[in-house]
Amino acid sequence: MRIRGRVISKGYAEGEVIVSRRKFSFLGDVDVESGVVVAEDSDISGERIANKIFIFPHGRGSTVGTYVLLRMKKKGTAPKAIINIETEPIIAVGAIIAEIPLMDKLEINPLEVFESGDFAVVNAYEGYVEKRD
Amino acid sequence: MFLTKEEEKLLERGDGVSKCMEILVALGEIFDAERLIPIKHAHISGVSYQNIGDEGLEWLRSLNVKFTVKTTINPAGMDLDRWKEMGIDEDFARKQMKLLNIFKEMGAELTLTCTPYYIYRPSIGEHLAWAESSAVIYANSVLGARTNRESGISALASAVIGKTPYYGLHIKENRAPSILVKVECDCDPSILGYKIGSEIEGIPIFKFNRKLSDDDLKALGAGLASTGNVAIFHVIDQTPEWNDFEIPSEKIVVDKLELNFDCDPDIITLGCPHLSKEELIKVYNLLKNFSGKVRREFWIFTSRKVYEDLIEVVDYLEMKGVRVFRDTCMVVSPATRRFECVMTNSGKALTYLPKLRGVKVLYGTLEDCVRKAFE
Repeated sequence: MRIRGRVISKGYAEGEVIVSRRKFSFLGDVDVESGVVVAEDSDISGERIANKIFIFPHGRGSTVGTYVLLRMKKKGTAPKAIINIETEPIIAVGAIIAEIPLMDKLEINPLEVFESGDFAVVNAYEGYVEKRD
Repeated sequence: MFLTKEEEKLLERGDGVSKCMEILVALGEIFDAERLIPIKHAHISGVSYQNIGDEGLEWLRSLNVKFTVKTTINPAGMDLDRWKEMGIDEDFARKQMKLLNIFKEMGAELTLTCTPYYIYRPSIGEHLAWAESSAVIYANSVLGARTNRESGISALASAVIGKTPYYGLHIKENRAPSILVKVECDCDPSILGYKIGSEIEGIPIFKFNRKLSDDDLKALGAGLASTGNVAIFHVIDQTPEWNDFEIPSEKIVVDKLELNFDCDPDIITLGCPHLSKEELIKVYNLLKNFSGKVRREFWIFTSRKVYEDLIEVVDYLEMKGVRVFRDTCMVVSPATRRFECVMTNSGKALTYLPKLRGVKVLYGTLEDCVRKAFE
């Protein structure tokens, strides 16, 4: 099933999905060295987002967070791709400078389609996301 | 968002310019901007090596771009000449200078101040792309210029392209006040902003029972922007656009402000945002009432421009034992973290010092700060 959406940062990725239903900040919510979520109030606390397709509703927090995605990319702990319900500037600019594909405003709410452990393709050149079995 | 043929071409070059264009287009899409508009001046934040780290430094270098409009930059992590005296180590200093050289090669003026409006005063209606929340709110509110609250990177992208997405505070009707704040106490504007920034939603219009100075307005804005997502305010009978809109019906009254800061300061700091000439002279006049030198560490932060214009005042302050630093401030420099309790008159510093430097804070007016220095 192909779900179309808006491309914010171009790129292509395929891999395992991890889903959080809470707002997320790359500054403070995740350990840059390991890519493990450290925020205790997160629904994916203790799980790794490194090299996964990370789906969450929306970003939050300070613009200082922009460089964190870049740092994670250099250390190999960044997500492969990000999908938001509706993105905001910190995540958007962070994804562009770190060259991580980012899409939002999918025609179907991604939180209703995907669960952690699913396999997905993100084609953020052509603007669609695909769920694979 | 609509892009001209030239703008489309910039997107397809595959170099640093394209990256900057990509950032502006993404922001334009997110905020439903219809197009890009030209700007006169960009002001970039995130200039302290502390904020940017090695990865940020490498990324900036790899961009390999030049600025196409007037571009100024925020304070760095240290005074470029007196960093040793601030307790900054050599490794930090070397990396900070490296970072500044990258900005210089891109074409920035190394203003190293959060008060670029003392160097280039924007005029009413002028479009800017400024980062640094205290400068953004001053430009919009006190000067009537138009800028959104940019991040360091989006301001940099605008400096390269010479444009910004047309949305938010660039559009007149989005600048209308939505809440009236009646101030019935003789409260320090700096603390007023600090306290109510987090309590209000939307754009405030203030009614005071006295006329505020430009320095009061600066302090009010810096406090507001530090605790709230506020990028413009109006003041009845004072700010340039207050009379362009209807007074909102929603109202709050402030008749007192309660503060609970308590510690014994091992350092006193002024200059967040950087001191104006008037403020520096005020400190000079207050210091003249005390004999001898200050008895506590007393650091003042200002821009090179103000420092050089008032060099005799600075010399007197230094003779009294006050250190007058340029290019940096207590919030962006790692120097402040080795103290335990920092006294300041700045609402913005009260917000950020505990968060970023892990120190306790004590509030006092500018007069209180000078008095405490001799205790």
